[in-house]
Amino acid sequence: MGRAAAEALPPPPSPPPPPAPDERMARRSPVRLLLGRPELGALLGAVALFAFFSLVADAFLQAGSFSTVLYAGSTFGIMAVGVSLLMIGGEFDLSAGVMVTTAALIAALVSYQFTLNVWAGVLVSLVLTLALGMVNGLLYVKTGLPSFIITLATFFMLAGANLGVTKAVTGNVATDSVRDMDGFGTARAVFASDVDVLGVNVNVTVFWWLGFVAIATWILLRTRIGNWIFAVGGSADSARAVGVPVARTKIGLFMGVAFCGWFSGMHLVFAFATVQSGEGVGNEFFYIICAVIGGCLLTGGYGSAIGAAIGAFIFGMTNKGIVYAEWNPDWFKFFLGAMLLIATVVNLVVRRRVERSK
Amino acid sequence: MRRGTAERRSSRGLRALAVAGILGGALALSACSSSGGKKSEGGGDGAGPRLKIAMITHSGPGDTFWDIVQKGAQAAAAKDNAEFLYSADPDGGKQAQLVQAAIDKKVDGIVVTFAKPDALKDVVARATAAKIPVVSINSGADVSARFGAVAHFGQDESIAGEAAGRELARIGAKNALCVVHEQGNVGLEDRCAGAKKTFGGKLENLFVQGTNMPQVKSSITAKLQADKGVDGILTLGAPFAATAVDAAKEAGSQAKVGTFDMNKDLIASIKSGTIRFAVDQQPYLQGYGAVDELWLLKTNGNVIGGGRPVLTGPAIVTKDNAASLEAFADRGTR
Repeated sequence: MGRAAAEALPPPPSPPPPPAPDERMARRSPVRLLLGRPELGALLGAVALFAFFSLVADAFLQAGSFSTVLYAGSTFGIMAVGVSLLMIGGEFDLSAGVMVTTAALIAALVSYQFTLNVWAGVLVSLVLTLALGMVNGLLYVKTGLPSFIITLATFFMLAGANLGVTKAVTGNVATDSVRDMDGFGTARAVFASDVDVLGVNVNVTVFWWLGFVAIATWILLRTRIGNWIFAVGGSADSARAVGVPVARTKIGLFMGVAFCGWFSGMHLVFAFATVQSGEGVGNEFFYIICAVIGGCLLTGGYGSAIGAAIGAFIFGMTNKGIVYAEWNPDWFKFFLGAMLLIATVVNLVVRRRVERSK
Repeated sequence: MRRGTAERRSSRGLRALAVAGILGGALALSACSSSGGKKSEGGGDGAGPRLKIAMITHSGPGDTFWDIVQKGAQAAAAKDNAEFLYSADPDGGKQAQLVQAAIDKKVDGIVVTFAKPDALKDVVARATAAKIPVVSINSGADVSARFGAVAHFGQDESIAGEAAGRELARIGAKNALCVVHEQGNVGLEDRCAGAKKTFGGKLENLFVQGTNMPQVKSSITAKLQADKGVDGILTLGAPFAATAVDAAKEAGSQAKVGTFDMNKDLIASIKSGTIRFAVDQQPYLQGYGAVDELWLLKTNGNVIGGGRPVLTGPAIVTKDNAASLEAFADRGTR
């Protein structure tokens, strides 16, 4: 499947030695430049879906509803930032979904069991979750096995450890509530509060999401690390040949996913106070879907963080739009799939047009 | 070429392996201690033949409800001096394989759930053919006797739904939501259908993705924003009730929340009044009753329920009786 996509859409960066150097130097019109961006198709898909739901769902156009859609998008989107960078770097992380739960469990268990200020739990969770990302990266680099297999293994191990450790420590399958502990208020303000924007309550995760997307975009487009990420995803061997630190870049990308997982986990803890140890399974695919809708190639070397953000917005909008439209819930997943298909087909058509007109 | 790199990296590889080994060891240790504790519980006092009883359910991992079922079963096993083995798989075919594995182990009794009856029909027939008594719990009251189970312990989901519908009406709701957290689960659909029967007002189903709490919250919020007239929310699992309360606050809705099933946080919410009621099917009783029945059958030939399903619920928990149940919920058995 990945190969078919690659044949259909040859990734524009990392071209073979260009035949005529002046072609690269030629100035392109701003419109052309815009059309060449990986996120354009997704953007048009998002606009189309937005218009569609505005027409069919009365409640969709309220400011409060838009805030709910953004919140839904942000909980996918924060993870999609890390996942999209990793995919541009040519790898998958199937452990991303349960890693969110792991991070949340660590923070809740450490705070509660040692009766610490919750911020201590937050920091311990950050260190351990980053370590998990590093383990993923090291295992990949040292063994040379596909990241798909490595992270599938860590996915199962984490899912089992989540349940096993939680039950061994608490005797139950959910953590004890940390709601009345020291630091919960300030931690909630950081990770899960509502911010009043012109009379509309917007969850703080939306702003973090936008911030993370901005940072990731800056890294990708304006720093040397960004060049490395595209290079290792395009062709790791050629990247190594020209002196890119492939191993360190890949490990860093896995740790980036872990960081996003840590943040999402903290949102879980401080929004809901108790954490169910079985949560998170299956979400890893939604993160990958967001990145792919947003123009990331499954084969690596091409994509953008903004695109993944738009993908997450599409996913959140579809998820909630179906509720606003009050369609028959039995058909929920069918509608979800159909909407995603429409969004991605729009994406594909636009990109094909652009490729041909180049 | 690959071998060359592997050799060059072997020392670093070893170190990574060592790290992985230590991590894995730590995980294994923490898992071992809990099962060791249970084993020592089971191997305690009591005379008579030591039975080996296997329970195979359709539970996903980390589900509070099944945790309580297991605690009930373990308590009965400890009392009856039986060895208790638990396994589970949400997939019907895989659950059947686990039942077959129990038959192969020549256990003395099997406890099974019929969430996907057709997938289990043949393997349960093989168990009875091998003279291993089968007791069903939780779901499948209608097929249990027909498939050869000696007894069934469970809640009739329609009857429980009817009780929930009456509670919804009692708290004054007219236009309510039934929040389904697992699509295509017959038991959950039955609960909503039962509630609809006795509720009297308008009850509409809402589907949410149960494994993703932020999505549960935003979906309920979205529904409350889309339909301002909603004044009652019925959730079908305890963790979702607290989320529904948050969602109602977020949407500025006055909707009152009631739920199926129990956990210890829920008791506190019922005491404080943020959640109005819980319909408890007493999962502890299902695990305890099933293991005890197999023991009674073996040692005294008794059958509980006279071939009819034994109802373990609904037991209604409201502000009035929440305080008396708090201690039990705290230790995770209610």
